[in-house]
Amino acid sequence: MAEHLLRVENLMRRFGGLVATDNLSLEVVTGELHAIIGPNGAGKTTLISQLTGQLMPNSGAIHFAGQDITTLPSYKRSGLGLARSFQITSLLRDFTAADNVALAAQAHAGHSYRFWGNARKEAPLREAAHAALARVGLAKRADVPVSELSHGEQRELELAVALATKPKLLLLDEPMAGLGVTESQRMVALLKELRKEVTIVLVEHDMEAVFALADRITVLVYGRVIACGKPDEIRNNDEVKRAYLGDQHAVTRHG
Amino acid sequence: MKSAFNLRTIVVALVVAGLVLLPVYSALTGKVFILTMFTRIIILALAAASLNLIMGYGGMMSFGHAAYLGIGGYAVGILAFEGIGSGFIQWPVALIASALFALVIGALSLRTRGVYFIMITLAFAQMAYYIASSLSRYGADDGLTIYKRSNFGGLIDLSNRTQFYYVCLACLLGGIYLIWRIVNSRFGLVVQGVRSNEQRMQAIGFHANRYRLVCFVISGTICGLAGALLANNTDFVSPAVMYWTRSGDLMVMVILGGMGTLFGPVIGAIVFLLLEELLSQITEYWAMIMGPLLLLIVLFARGGIMGLLARFSRG
Repeated sequence: MAEHLLRVENLMRRFGGLVATDNLSLEVVTGELHAIIGPNGAGKTTLISQLTGQLMPNSGAIHFAGQDITTLPSYKRSGLGLARSFQITSLLRDFTAADNVALAAQAHAGHSYRFWGNARKEAPLREAAHAALARVGLAKRADVPVSELSHGEQRELELAVALATKPKLLLLDEPMAGLGVTESQRMVALLKELRKEVTIVLVEHDMEAVFALADRITVLVYGRVIACGKPDEIRNNDEVKRAYLGDQHAVTRHG
Repeated sequence: MKSAFNLRTIVVALVVAGLVLLPVYSALTGKVFILTMFTRIIILALAAASLNLIMGYGGMMSFGHAAYLGIGGYAVGILAFEGIGSGFIQWPVALIASALFALVIGALSLRTRGVYFIMITLAFAQMAYYIASSLSRYGADDGLTIYKRSNFGGLIDLSNRTQFYYVCLACLLGGIYLIWRIVNSRFGLVVQGVRSNEQRMQAIGFHANRYRLVCFVISGTICGLAGALLANNTDFVSPAVMYWTRSGDLMVMVILGGMGTLFGPVIGAIVFLLLEELLSQITEYWAMIMGPLLLLIVLFARGGIMGLLARFSRG
């Protein structure tokens, strides 16, 4: 039996009358790439936010690497090896690409109550940053401010920032959002490489990418898990077909 | 970019050189007044620089920064009144009292953001103002006269105008050097990261509010030093030093000079206080001219004077 890196039990999250996460249970095995799909409004981002601690569940439990992290604030979860990328690019816009990544490395290399030495001259941090940037193909753009990077480059930078925290589990919230065809292909190739090193939970609308990458897929509809299994099982699952056929938008856009 | 950097550097170098040589000019021309005026400017520049650390670099719009001027000043004034004249006691007490005050109001107000943060820092400063007004033993509303300046033994004589001026200038330049180190340190990058995107900083593993609080305390402590200097400069401390309009003045100096630039607050303080001085000589309604002038600068020079200098040299 493979080890569970992440175990979610009976998670509930309501927003007023709306149940965004409805008694959701989920297990992520060490080493797998686990995709989470579902029509718009299925509660995918809400789930990710609860996993990383930006949002607290009303009830239920989250275990990560054998530890109950349900009530842990996000900065502590990051310390345990949980990293996320944001669906809407969330970077430090007035910093350079290298600074963004170096700060992520800094968060995991000793404390930051150091007031004197120049942090931009700390070689280990800079090297870690450049390694992560090289990983995602941004080595040459290291000293460019984020606000001057293209959208595609910002998506790659999101990934580099997450990688620099040396995560055990990478939660990627629609890394392909807004990317063109070639950029998407590059991202898929990149994820194929990364999955060899780190366990990944991938939330994505791009079905082609999901089926190309995932070991297992969980399907969410209205905050509930309606199916979980290998890509082939999901493809042939009647309930999944119904959920997607019922949602014309999802079919025409991603079908 | 390179040339922009140069013009700013030239202006800053000229200003610093001017400040260093000012006592010489004052002595040669016999204009004592200018030395007194610039002593005050330098002290308030230090206060503005400390505010810039949280406002410009930390993104915390504190509207109660003058409280530390009062706390630092009252620490000196009260100790002097009670017969403790040594600066080696007075000044550390001023710094510690300011740090503690910053720790308490920071811990409470940093739970809020935006307008609420502005209002709550304002409220705390006003509270300090009213407390000072009710200290009947220490002059209450009328304030407290300090009959002897802080005594540093034979080391320095603060009653000597020139020596006091250089002590203030050393504090200002030392304070700016400290801020420069902080801003480029690990700690400083985290604080600026939190200003830019708090959620992101939490997600990569930083306890954002704790860094904010430490920054808030450092800033308050530096301003407490300015308070101790100010009380020595005027030989007097009163609740009026921490009135909210003074906090507003400090904010204007920072914005005028250029938020988040090292020397912006110094330039801002010089321009603001010189304008105040000049305009008040022309008319007692000087605020009517000052107001629109500031409005123009905020509207057309977003980065303040430092931003303007950068734009000029870029052409």
